[in-house]
Amino acid sequence: MKKKVNNLYDNGQEAIEEVKNGTKSGQIFDKKLSRREMLRLTGASGLGLLLGGGGVSGILAASGAVHPAAPAPQASSEDIIPFYGSHQAGILTPAQNFLCFASFDLTTSSIADVKKLLQSWTTAAAALTSGTLIGNANENPNLPPSDTGEADGLTPSKCTITFGVGPSLFDGRYGLASKRPSTFADLPAFAGDSLDPQWCGGDLCVQACADDLQVAFHAIRNLARIARGTAVLRWTQEGFQRTGGADPKGGTPRNLLGFKDGTGNPDVTDAAEMREVVWCGSESPAWMNGGTYMAVRRVRLRIEVWDRSSLSDQEATFGRHRKSGAPIGATDEFAKLNLDAADPAGKPVIPPDSHSALAHGDGTVKMLRRSYSFSSGMDLTTGQLDAGLLFISFQKDLVKQFVSIQKRLAKNDRLNEYMVHTGSAVFACLPGVREGGYLGEALLG
Amino acid sequence: MKYSYALPAGLIASSILFAGCGDNGNNNKGNNSNNEAAATAAATNAPAVNAETSAAAADFTSAIEQYRAYVIEQSDAFVKQTEGFTDAVKAGKLDEAKALYAPARMYYERIEPIAEALGDLDPNIDARENDVDPAEWRGFHKIEQALWQNKTTNGMAEVADQLLKDAQLLRAKVETVDIDESLLVTGAVELLNEVSSSKVTGEEERYSHTDLYDFVANVEGAQKIYELLKPELAKKDPALEKTIGDKFTALLAELAPFKSGDGYVSYETLKEDEVRKLSQNLDALAEPLSNMGTILGV
Repeated sequence: MKKKVNNLYDNGQEAIEEVKNGTKSGQIFDKKLSRREMLRLTGASGLGLLLGGGGVSGILAASGAVHPAAPAPQASSEDIIPFYGSHQAGILTPAQNFLCFASFDLTTSSIADVKKLLQSWTTAAAALTSGTLIGNANENPNLPPSDTGEADGLTPSKCTITFGVGPSLFDGRYGLASKRPSTFADLPAFAGDSLDPQWCGGDLCVQACADDLQVAFHAIRNLARIARGTAVLRWTQEGFQRTGGADPKGGTPRNLLGFKDGTGNPDVTDAAEMREVVWCGSESPAWMNGGTYMAVRRVRLRIEVWDRSSLSDQEATFGRHRKSGAPIGATDEFAKLNLDAADPAGKPVIPPDSHSALAHGDGTVKMLRRSYSFSSGMDLTTGQLDAGLLFISFQKDLVKQFVSIQKRLAKNDRLNEYMVHTGSAVFACLPGVREGGYLGEALLG
Repeated sequence: MKYSYALPAGLIASSILFAGCGDNGNNNKGNNSNNEAAATAAATNAPAVNAETSAAAADFTSAIEQYRAYVIEQSDAFVKQTEGFTDAVKAGKLDEAKALYAPARMYYERIEPIAEALGDLDPNIDARENDVDPAEWRGFHKIEQALWQNKTTNGMAEVADQLLKDAQLLRAKVETVDIDESLLVTGAVELLNEVSSSKVTGEEERYSHTDLYDFVANVEGAQKIYELLKPELAKKDPALEKTIGDKFTALLAELAPFKSGDGYVSYETLKEDEVRKLSQNLDALAEPLSNMGTILGV
């Protein structure tokens, strides 16, 4: 039997009444509306359409104008991160507030379908990142709207969508085996890994970031919809960090263990350093020139255990002070990590097996980290919070950079007591797209 | 409540903003010079609306007539099979009743959108426990519960009689039920949505686990409609017509291994990844199928 929906529109009707009664008429189209009001009103007017037009006339009557001033928030240029460019956005872009990450498996056996999907994703991503509706069937009453609509009227919110292809794309299915760079393969097993296949791998990935979670979700939802019949979701993970609103000074964000995370990142404004650390150049196959490799690790944090350890233990684990983020013994967050400093007894001030010390190593190997915290409800087995870090790093060489650092960490890091890696994937993030081109053109074209 | 209120707001806001606010609409379109290109390419699953072809009004008279004939044929068989089933129930033949249950239901499941258009017939015939007030619960699933959970036909004679009467009433009503092209288009999608929301999850046949019978019947019902609309669709959007055809083939191929004798295996024997794959193949079909409305013109 068909499922029934009850009283779906109760609250909406209330909103319509409010508008009809004129209580909001003065504000509706003259003043800038908050998003909440906007949602309320568009909700009410949309319901009007469903209920036979009563709500619509209520709104228009209240405005007293044939062409009321648009209440939609205008996208300011600083709210848009350009989609087109020589590199993809969402890599050097300062991390937005929210992340929706999706890994896909291709279900098609035809490389033409893969190409078509990447072409469709390209044009959809250009629309999504500029805050315009996807597709041309948004007003046809006989068709499902081509854009799912939940971001309509919202600003682009610095939305970036970053696409990558996994090593499995280069298996036998599409005749691409000869194009796989030799160092591009699934990550080796690291000590302590507890990987669950449901959080691993994928033929394609989409990293959608935005300062609004609904905008980011909208991107993933629509890209998954467009992929239907060609690719299916393999795994997804939402992520967050403190918002710009909560931290207007834009300090280094804290992870869920309470420590600042990302202090030692290379400087994204230093083009030479980015070429050295992040961007693949002419040493790579042409299809990756201007691209970068992404390592993704889903790290479950044992926060209940962590919360039972003393502050000094916690600081020794990170090698940094919790409050300031400074290396132990220093006061400035960005002070150089002095691994030679010793206390009067000759003991290193910063424990050599602390997270900072091991991640830093001799300082010659770097990667660009761009991680997000996650909270995925509770673990039904233990009753504990399923929370952690979706670690994401970008580097031009996975083996020399991510793998060499992670090997060190996996073996000795004090932090290992408080975390477990449950998911793992690597992707080759394609070079940027010029207008008129499409993602992966140099690989599939 | 809050969430369910926000949902229609987002879905429908666009039409209002665009219809009501000319300036805003233009702005939005002008924002991105690639919008046109984006529109065409982005909507792989959406039909390309072609001004040239949409001008010619389609004639659906023949498709509608053929569909009515199909519905009548299915209803005839439905009444006959249901009678066999209810006879077995009333005669206390538990095993025979169980064997006749799922095959009889398939005739109903193929034409479910029609039944849904006929007032209370759908809940009377096909309501699951909790769908309706317990005092009003009747039909197939009440008997299903008796046969599989309570393992008896006791107390079901009256329910069986009522079910047969409801089936006969359905048969009588389909002669005159209003069928138009938009019912065909939405009906095909509804059939697949039915699968998506209750059959693929094993909720529909919670006692007998014969969900795959319903699954197949719903898909066949949708396929029938697609076949009838195919000539019109091929004129309007041949790529869409081909995609839908391919996806039907893929889904039916995915279902084939679960055939067992004249029927289908129990839902309980499906592995988690098999269910997911069926669901994903269903979505892959339902998405382009939902764009068949392109033949309706604007």
